Amino acid sequence: MNPSPEAAANRPRRRGLLRLRQEIPRPVFIAAGWAVPLVLLLLWWAVTASGLVQKLFLPSPGAILAEGWRQLSEGILLHDAAISTYRILLGWSAATLIAVPVGILMGTYRLAEGALEPFISTVRYMPVVALIPLTILWAGIGDAQKILILFIATFFSQALMVMDNVKGVDGALIRTGQTLGFTEGEILRRIVLPAAAPGIWDTLRITVGWTWTYLVVAELVAANEGLGRRIMDAQRYLATDTILWGTLFIGILGLVTDLAFKRMGQRLFRWKGGPK
Amino acid sequence: MSPTSPPRVAISGVKKVFTVNGAPFTAIEKIDLDIQPNEFVAVVGTSGCGKSTLLNMVGGLEEPSLGQITIDGRPVTGPGRDRGFVFQSYSLFEWMTVAGNIRFALEKSKLSPAEKTEAVAELIQAVGLRGFENAWPHQLSGGMKQRVAIARALVYRPSILLMDEPFGALDAQTRGLMQELLLKIWEDHKVTVIFITHDVDEAIFLADRVVVLASRPGLVKSVHAVDLPRPRSPDLLTDPAFMAIKRKVLADIREESLKVMAQDLSSPKLAKD
Repeated sequence: MNPSPEAAANRPRRRGLLRLRQEIPRPVFIAAGWAVPLVLLLLWWAVTASGLVQKLFLPSPGAILAEGWRQLSEGILLHDAAISTYRILLGWSAATLIAVPVGILMGTYRLAEGALEPFISTVRYMPVVALIPLTILWAGIGDAQKILILFIATFFSQALMVMDNVKGVDGALIRTGQTLGFTEGEILRRIVLPAAAPGIWDTLRITVGWTWTYLVVAELVAANEGLGRRIMDAQRYLATDTILWGTLFIGILGLVTDLAFKRMGQRLFRWKGGPK
Repeated sequence: MSPTSPPRVAISGVKKVFTVNGAPFTAIEKIDLDIQPNEFVAVVGTSGCGKSTLLNMVGGLEEPSLGQITIDGRPVTGPGRDRGFVFQSYSLFEWMTVAGNIRFALEKSKLSPAEKTEAVAELIQAVGLRGFENAWPHQLSGGMKQRVAIARALVYRPSILLMDEPFGALDAQTRGLMQELLLKIWEDHKVTVIFITHDVDEAIFLADRVVVLASRPGLVKSVHAVDLPRPRSPDLLTDPAFMAIKRKVLADIREESLKVMAQDLSSPKLAKD
């Protein structure tokens, strides 16, 4: 490349893909996103095909796909997925139904924040796994117990995040509402909530991902079916292909959920402008 | 103006004390200021002199600890539709269109829907946003957003417009154009303006009187009459008469800034204010 005379006179401009905060061509950006999993997949395939790593420790990609196909053709996969999705949906929805109003209250009224924030912040750090025995006592060993675990895993962080979403609303919007003659209730409903809504939606999207990650914990005890259960059962037989396939599949379902939330968010909040 | 009519805004013996970390902090010691109908008053002063606090009290968003503020002789007890407010952060409702934002301000008015539509169209015209009625705020530049905020604050015909550094976030060119637009609107709409700013040029260019506040605690340090002809054009900024006023205002502000700096150096805890 011939540098232009002006550029040559100054310090030569750095070209290339690694410049501080500089935009890169879109195709390169997308290709980079595909390259990482492809390279990992290739490495994975190489170490298993070459026999470098024993099948027991790391089955080949092909073996995992075969396991996925087996589960699908035997009808296990969709059955497990349906059961697990149902539990996720119920646990997350129950948490959301309570966490959103609670978070809004905490973000709006200092009294609610003062009363609830210390409690919720503390409980948030308690390990959910440790609560399994208690949840069994409280909710038995049926679906209710699994849903309760997912609820506990989701609710506390969710409430705090919604609180932050609401507190993040610009105070000038509230003062504007006051100067326009709206009552406190009207300001909350017609100004604070719509202003916080995109943030709250994002919180819902992030927390549903967390709910998915707790699926295995939820299905740890007394479950006969479900994606998490299948993984725990496989542990007993050292069926690493089943374990890896199950983990991968939960990841895929989580990704699909995330994308669905993103799309819906763009639809709901068109006034924010599209994705950058 | 007949001497018997009450001032539009009368600020008498107003004091404001906040509690900061459990300790009382006097933001405003004592301010007396009368503002006449259709007057344009600019308030300048160093950071933390209580400018915004004063404006919020006139707006009814905060209550004086002592003293009283009256509007046309009636004490201020809270926000009211006789006062429109424009903040530095554009404070637009991002989920409403330009027209929607302005119309939202008329929700509490008794106008018929047709009258509301007409009032919104009129204000959109006045702030030069024809063609942007259905745009979303995120699509607008800073200057355009502030035009929407001004239209929203004026659409219900308040007699007083309170502006808290409304052009503070705009670039210099946009700022100049917005000042001219504001003067035109002010002349057309016959409204009393209290305008807070850091910018001395802006204060003198716009106002009939420039009030300099002293800091910590806030007091009126000086009031400068701006006897410059209207309508004003940007040429005024280099006029000797303009310069003469500017020199006096700047000297007063400088004196205050030095005082504040000396205070900060002797008690660094306050310096973050």
